[in-house]
Amino acid sequence: MKRFFLAALAFLTLTLLLTGCKKETASDDKIKIGLNFELSGDVAQYGIAEAEGAELAIEQANASGNFDKEIVAIKYDNAYNAAETSAIITRLATEDKVSGVIGPAVSGMAMAQYQAGNQYGVVMISPSATADAATLDANGNAYDFAFRACFIDSYQGAAAANFVARDMEKLKAVVIYDSGSDYAIGLYNTFSEKFTALGGTIVAAEAYIDSDTDFSAILTKINGEDFDVIYIPGYYNQAGLIIKQARELGIMVPIVGPDGFDSPTLVDLAGASNLNDVYFTTAYSNLSTDPDQAAFIEAYKAKYGKEPNMFAALGYDATNLLLAAIQQAGSSDPAAVQQALLNISGFKGVTGTITFDEYHNPIKPVLMVKLVNGEQAESIEVQP
Amino acid sequence: MTQFLQQIVNGLSIGSIYALIALGYTMVYGIIKLINFAHGDIYMVGAFVGFICISTFKMSVLSAILCAMVFCALLGVAVERLAYKPLRNPTKAGLFATALVMGFILIYLVAKATLELDNLWAGVIALVLSLALGFFVYFTITPKGNPNRIAALITAIGVSFFLEYAMMAIMGPNNRSYPATLGGTATLAGVQITFAQILIFIITLALMLILTFIVQKTKIGRAMRAVSTDADAAALMGVNVDRTISITFAIGSSLAGAAGVLVGIYYNTLNPLMGMTYGLKAFIAAVFGGIGIIPGAMLGGFAIGITETMVAGYWSSLFKDAIVYIILIVILILKPSGLLGKNVREKV
Repeated sequence: MKRFFLAALAFLTLTLLLTGCKKETASDDKIKIGLNFELSGDVAQYGIAEAEGAELAIEQANASGNFDKEIVAIKYDNAYNAAETSAIITRLATEDKVSGVIGPAVSGMAMAQYQAGNQYGVVMISPSATADAATLDANGNAYDFAFRACFIDSYQGAAAANFVARDMEKLKAVVIYDSGSDYAIGLYNTFSEKFTALGGTIVAAEAYIDSDTDFSAILTKINGEDFDVIYIPGYYNQAGLIIKQARELGIMVPIVGPDGFDSPTLVDLAGASNLNDVYFTTAYSNLSTDPDQAAFIEAYKAKYGKEPNMFAALGYDATNLLLAAIQQAGSSDPAAVQQALLNISGFKGVTGTITFDEYHNPIKPVLMVKLVNGEQAESIEVQP
Repeated sequence: MTQFLQQIVNGLSIGSIYALIALGYTMVYGIIKLINFAHGDIYMVGAFVGFICISTFKMSVLSAILCAMVFCALLGVAVERLAYKPLRNPTKAGLFATALVMGFILIYLVAKATLELDNLWAGVIALVLSLALGFFVYFTITPKGNPNRIAALITAIGVSFFLEYAMMAIMGPNNRSYPATLGGTATLAGVQITFAQILIFIITLALMLILTFIVQKTKIGRAMRAVSTDADAAALMGVNVDRTISITFAIGSSLAGAAGVLVGIYYNTLNPLMGMTYGLKAFIAAVFGGIGIIPGAMLGGFAIGITETMVAGYWSSLFKDAIVYIILIVILILKPSGLLGKNVREKV
């Protein structure tokens, strides 16, 4: 027993000694921006792309000379884990004392962050948390400090329904959705609401969970039904496999999805030859010819050696929104930044012009991109 | 009817994969009564080895499978030697080594993070402190054999996490797609069967036949059965128990490696956490058929695969896991030793 106490005491002293020595760095001369992203885990591609977009925006702001202080990014990986996300926002707000936070990428994580972060009074802009309820508290009011740079699911789901029913004139849909994701359920609900209102029928709705890799059972099941389009609200990892397995089973109807399809991994998983007659809604496509966007694509390619995707563009826009607010407020105090952000209108980003509505959601256009052999072939604007 | 047959085909092909992984669980359990939770992750490593063989070294599918089997066999033996054996027969030298290595890693990381030292100084501090810790442990603790199987079980879970996150650190967290495909679909009476499905089924059957042959007809197989029945008695009869256990791990792990490559090709996807779900399902398959019994693992794998497919195909895909677990519970209540298991009375 005595020996145990001695050992414990020795260990404690050692730990105290080690932690006590941490250097304190003075940092009032810098504007700190927290980045809280899914850099590992199932949706890592979104987080990594958005962090790259955000870092590009910060680098450009530092080079522009518009800020008298240096802007630094403090980046954490939340590993697609809600508990981790809450811990990170607490750390960013109370220890790192940032002026604002960009991230996380997906709705589930953003909800965890907004709830925790709002109490600390730090401005948070998620580039791509599209779930309607993500910025809302339990009473349906927007959190004071929560914003986003993307359109919301009901916007996107309704636009998809509009496209399927009006433009494609397909009225019998099967929905295959990820039952474990707020994003997918939100999209499924708004899609089916709008689709039925436009005279369509949901022939069957099948659910899966994100650890599934074998979808042959549900695909064989729907193969017996009469339908002419499939809507898959979900992320690229599963959607890619569903598309591949559906095409292999001989299901050749058009497949429509949300912005969760927007990843090169979708092409790897499904195989380019299976990605014909596949469409998805998105906020951004490299097909546009806008000069600001061309400059962004150029800069992104120069820095990372690859084409930006929608997530990189949203990460870039979200960061520029925050920087614009900091500049307008003339201070990096979170409360002042929040006020400035509320007053922003007609902000010109690479994903469209952004003005916030009363729920802190941007009002901006939706694009429908068509894939031909896995390549983005054309994009058209659709209305929700 | 066509739909039903198609679902059977779907169920058999997913069941074959469960069966291949379940064989490894069952063999290890049969010999040392350890549920090797790291087994699912050895399967994941197999998938990645196959991936590297095909994409970097441009090997054919068959040689990639062989490569993955050899690599996983070695990995399985290494895991057994480094993680499980020290628990069965602990030595002072082993304790010293464990304290040194674990202490070094921990102190190194803590020193780097909190003192903001460079690599060299953190390394020197960690080395000195972990050496001190090693000697402290060496002179104060006398190791005893740990008869408690829980210790080995927890270690297995630790090894599982180690493999998962080590792979994540090396290969990155993203889903990757397999560079090779086994193309070709045949239509038989309206039922779509892919070449990959046929291949998986045949390889699984072949491997299981070879395995049965090894266990029943060869000398090493006899040694395995002897160790499984009574390790102490087998040792008295001149069986090298440690070597037999190592060979069991090698065979079981090589099967998992083969399964990894097959799944990678079949679903065209792999990631460092892919072993979790399959490992768990295969474990259930092994328990279902009777853990420790080789045909039981096969039967369990097919049964779980077909049940899952049927539940998803005729009811709802959300219930398929629930049903599988309910079946597990029912089996455990009604026939705790599994479908093919015999009830052996514990001798007191």
